[in-house]
This record gives sequence, C-alpha cells and structure tokens, in this order.
Amino acid sequence: MIDAFNIYNRMEKNHILLSFKGDITADLLTSILQIMEYKMDNLNEVPKTKRKVYNVLVECLQNLYHHSDETKLDFNDANKGAIFMIAKNELSYDIITGNFVGNKSIEPLRARLDKVNSLTKEELKEYYKTILNNGVTSLKGGGGLGMIDIARKTGEKLEYNFLEIDDKVSFFTLIIKVSQPQLI
Amino acid sequence: MEKYEIDGTPKTPTILFDINGGVLDIKGRSIPENSIEFYKPLVDALDKYSVATKSVTTVNIQLEYFNTSSSKCILDIFKKLESIHKSGSDVTINWHYEDDDEDMLEAGEDYQAIIGIPFKMVPVSE
Repeated sequence: MIDAFNIYNRMEKNHILLSFKGDITADLLTSILQIMEYKMDNLNEVPKTKRKVYNVLVECLQNLYHHSDETKLDFNDANKGAIFMIAKNELSYDIITGNFVGNKSIEPLRARLDKVNSLTKEELKEYYKTILNNGVTSLKGGGGLGMIDIARKTGEKLEYNFLEIDDKVSFFTLIIKVSQPQLI
Repeated sequence: MEKYEIDGTPKTPTILFDINGGVLDIKGRSIPENSIEFYKPLVDALDKYSVATKSVTTVNIQLEYFNTSSSKCILDIFKKLESIHKSGSDVTINWHYEDDDEDMLEAGEDYQAIIGIPFKMVPVSE
C-alpha cells in the first residue's frame, strides 16, 4: 500500500509548497503559475520576490514542457514524465525540476550549464545579449536563453545532477535558488 | 487595415496597433509557450505598415513579465521598427517598468544596446 503519510512527511520536512509529477502540458503550466501567484499573495511576499520566483518558474516549466515535446518520439512511456517541486525555505524559494534526458544530450547540456555557472553578472549580461541577437532561434523561440536568464535573475549558480538510469537515459535534476531580498 | 488589436490573456499581452495614428501598444504578460506563432500577425502588420509609415511612430511597451521565448520575438519587432526608423519615420520606444523592477529596466537597456532607435525608460509606480 502507498504510504501517503511518509510522502507527506518528506514533503513537509523539505518545505514543499507544491509538487507535481507527470506529463507537463501547456494547461498545467497555466494552472501551476496561477496557484503559485495565489500562494505568494497569501504569504504576503514582496513584489520583488514574487516577480523573481514567477519569472524563474516560467522558464523552468517551459524548459520542461519543450523538452518533453522533443523527447516524446525517442523515449518510452516510463521516461516521458517529469517532476517539479517548489520549496519555501526561510531565506529562499527553491525550484526543483527533474526529467529524463538521453545520454547523448548530457554533455552539451552540462557544457551549457557549466558555461553559465562560470560567468560573472556582467559577463552573463553580455552573453545574454549575444545569444539574443545572434543565436539561432529554435522553433519554439527561446534558443538557449532560458538558463542564462535564470542565472541573471537569481544571481545564483545553477545546481544540477545527472543520474544514469541505463545506457540510453539519465535523470536530470536542476535546483534553482531564488533568494529573498533581506530586509534591513 | 487601420487597426490591429489582440485582447490579452494570462499568457499573452494586449496589443493595439493604431496604424493610422502610428501608435503601437503592447501591454501585459508575454509568456506563451510558442511566441513565434503569437507574434507572427503583429510582424506581418508591421511589414504592411513599413510601406506606408507615419512621420512619427510611437511604441509603448509595458510588460509585467516576458519569457525568453518572447524576448527573441520582441527583438524581431524592434528590428522591424529599426528599419522603419531608418526609412524615415521618427520612431520612439517607451519602455515602461515598475519602478522597483530592476530586471525589467535592465531588459529594456539590453534592447536599447542592440537596437538603433531612441528608447525612453519610463518608471511606473504600482
């Protein structure tokens, strides 16, 4: 039998505000964003925090959405889903995403994340402008700006991990911290 | 065609393009999954406008949020406006931002650095 209390306790301990596992659809994104806006209003978050969290949520969720679109043909049913969680800690909101990636995609993705993590605030701004102005536009529009934008807006390094499942796929975890402005 | 209008949704902005008056307003949120599809009609309307421009073209952008997918489309629109500016219409872009929203101000400055059109940064208080 599923131990719901165990799952509840683990979510409680990790301060999870909201979590979802399954297929990421456009309607689902709309609902999650509405729920999070409502929750942050209820928590009386300052506009700055609300905006940062919302922006980062949009990018993270749309990454998941576009990625699941791309991988639909390659992966079997068990590897299509994704997990998504938002935790509220004392000093930050943490946004955690997990999804399957083909092992062949790992190195280019790792290289992109490491590149973003290696840049200073000023360098990120320049890199963003370069990709915005010269980057190849993907069919969906963004073309690699998402991670740069997240790093710029949060001012934090992107924390990630690849867990190998088998010789074809791995599970990719991304953790993004949105610090709350300190009241002085 | 004298006016091009699109009502806003939770994911897409209200767009009002008064072609006779030479005024384009984009206001709200721009976070669609597929921005290219959303902005295509506006790009087409700007193409039509570019062959019969007004002497002054005013563009008011007041976005609360926009995703990176939209940022490319917004740049494409600004590039169209840049060529309209070069071909003789006096284009000004008024980039509105909430006065405590540094990220939105910085986003406007990013575009300003890329596009050769006068930008006005307009702080808005909540």
